[in-house]
Amino acid sequence: MIDKTVSNVSEALKGVKSNMTLLLGGFGLCGIPENAIAELVRLKITNLSCISNNAGVDDFGLGLLLQQKQIKKMTASYVGENEEFERQMLSGELEVELIPQGTLAERARAGQAGIPAFFTPAGFGTEIAEGKEVREFNGKMHVLENAFKADFGFIKAWKGDEAGNLIFKGSARNFNPVMCGAAKITVAEVEELVPVGTLDPNEIHVSGIFVQRIFEGINYEKRIEQRTVRSKT
Amino acid sequence: MALDKNGIAQRIAQELKNGYYVNLGIGIPTLVANYIPKEINVEFQSENGVLGMGPFPFEGEEDADLINAGKQTITTLKGASFFDSATSFAMIRGKHVDLTILGAMEVSQTGDIANWKIPGKMVKGMGGAMDLVASAENIIVAMMHTNRAGISKLLKKCTLPLTGVNCVKKIVTELAVLDIGPNGFILRETAPGVSVEQVIQATEGDLIHGDEVHEMSF
Repeated sequence: MIDKTVSNVSEALKGVKSNMTLLLGGFGLCGIPENAIAELVRLKITNLSCISNNAGVDDFGLGLLLQQKQIKKMTASYVGENEEFERQMLSGELEVELIPQGTLAERARAGQAGIPAFFTPAGFGTEIAEGKEVREFNGKMHVLENAFKADFGFIKAWKGDEAGNLIFKGSARNFNPVMCGAAKITVAEVEELVPVGTLDPNEIHVSGIFVQRIFEGINYEKRIEQRTVRSKT
Repeated sequence: MALDKNGIAQRIAQELKNGYYVNLGIGIPTLVANYIPKEINVEFQSENGVLGMGPFPFEGEEDADLINAGKQTITTLKGASFFDSATSFAMIRGKHVDLTILGAMEVSQTGDIANWKIPGKMVKGMGGAMDLVASAENIIVAMMHTNRAGISKLLKKCTLPLTGVNCVKKIVTELAVLDIGPNGFILRETAPGVSVEQVIQATEGDLIHGDEVHEMSF
């Protein structure tokens, strides 16, 4: 067994510096690396380029880094729930690259898989394709997109073991598995860290080979963005 | 009388076929799930990684780890599955999803759609919409025919930044059901009590109507 465990979040984020590019898992506030984000706030590092599907809400998720003006550039697909984000973007303080969600997922997966670039139909004929190579395949136009390159990837999983193997829960899986291994160093935080041999190899979603550091997170808030219910009557 | 949002959703639900995998966008499309004909089976795909989405949970049974693409708490039905975002868009771009229903700010008579940005005012992002419209064979747009000021949103050419080109096949509004044809919008049905003249008035783009314009039936 190759042991990937680190004792806490500070150890897990050792080497993270200003001006770095970070990949962060999660969809909305679901499956976000809460402990890593809190530590990034504590470290007060700035000029970060963050790649994540969303930008959190004003007072949670990546919104916490935006509040402290730690983010220089944000790459995301949807940022509708964050007023501070919109303010910084419209005022030009924050550089923003909005890209199609499937392209975001595939650019991460390509980074993980050693594919430098790929053609996708998404965004052809729109401003997203401006300045990019386009090519026709099977009578349809496609846009060339590059794999992500990042310094650190921050992943949130449900369970993990000392070897870095990960299991996700529900829709908290989202971008997390495809971002594993897409950065130079992938840091996974889990709700429950178990000894090797505990997890059934058949049930593992991401192999430990894609993870460099793993730790058990604390105090998960797991905030719900849109609480929608139906009545029992 | 023009339809309300539920009426639009109810009319779109008539387009569902047995065995369809369907992706519903945020807003009116979400309401379509309330009107599935009893005799057919469909499964809803949510691009954040859920297939087999069920209704909202009962109060007290919400799970922060189980949401749809609109970030709403949901449940799953028997046979549901979870997957990562790359797999989700493999289902979408790979044409495994049979029908996409989404909202729009503008649609052009050539099937272009705009729904993600108003320059200088509103930039929410495209989310999965660009992937969905670029790949889906079968796209229905659920939208209001005009904006609050009465200005048409069915145009010769979109004025807002595009989400996709030549992709929309069918539009259902509070006034009408229209297809996109080679020479413009083709009027297929009018809402109960709405005249063809009213639809013409509300449509800036070229509108073609033959003898076969029916009233919607529910």
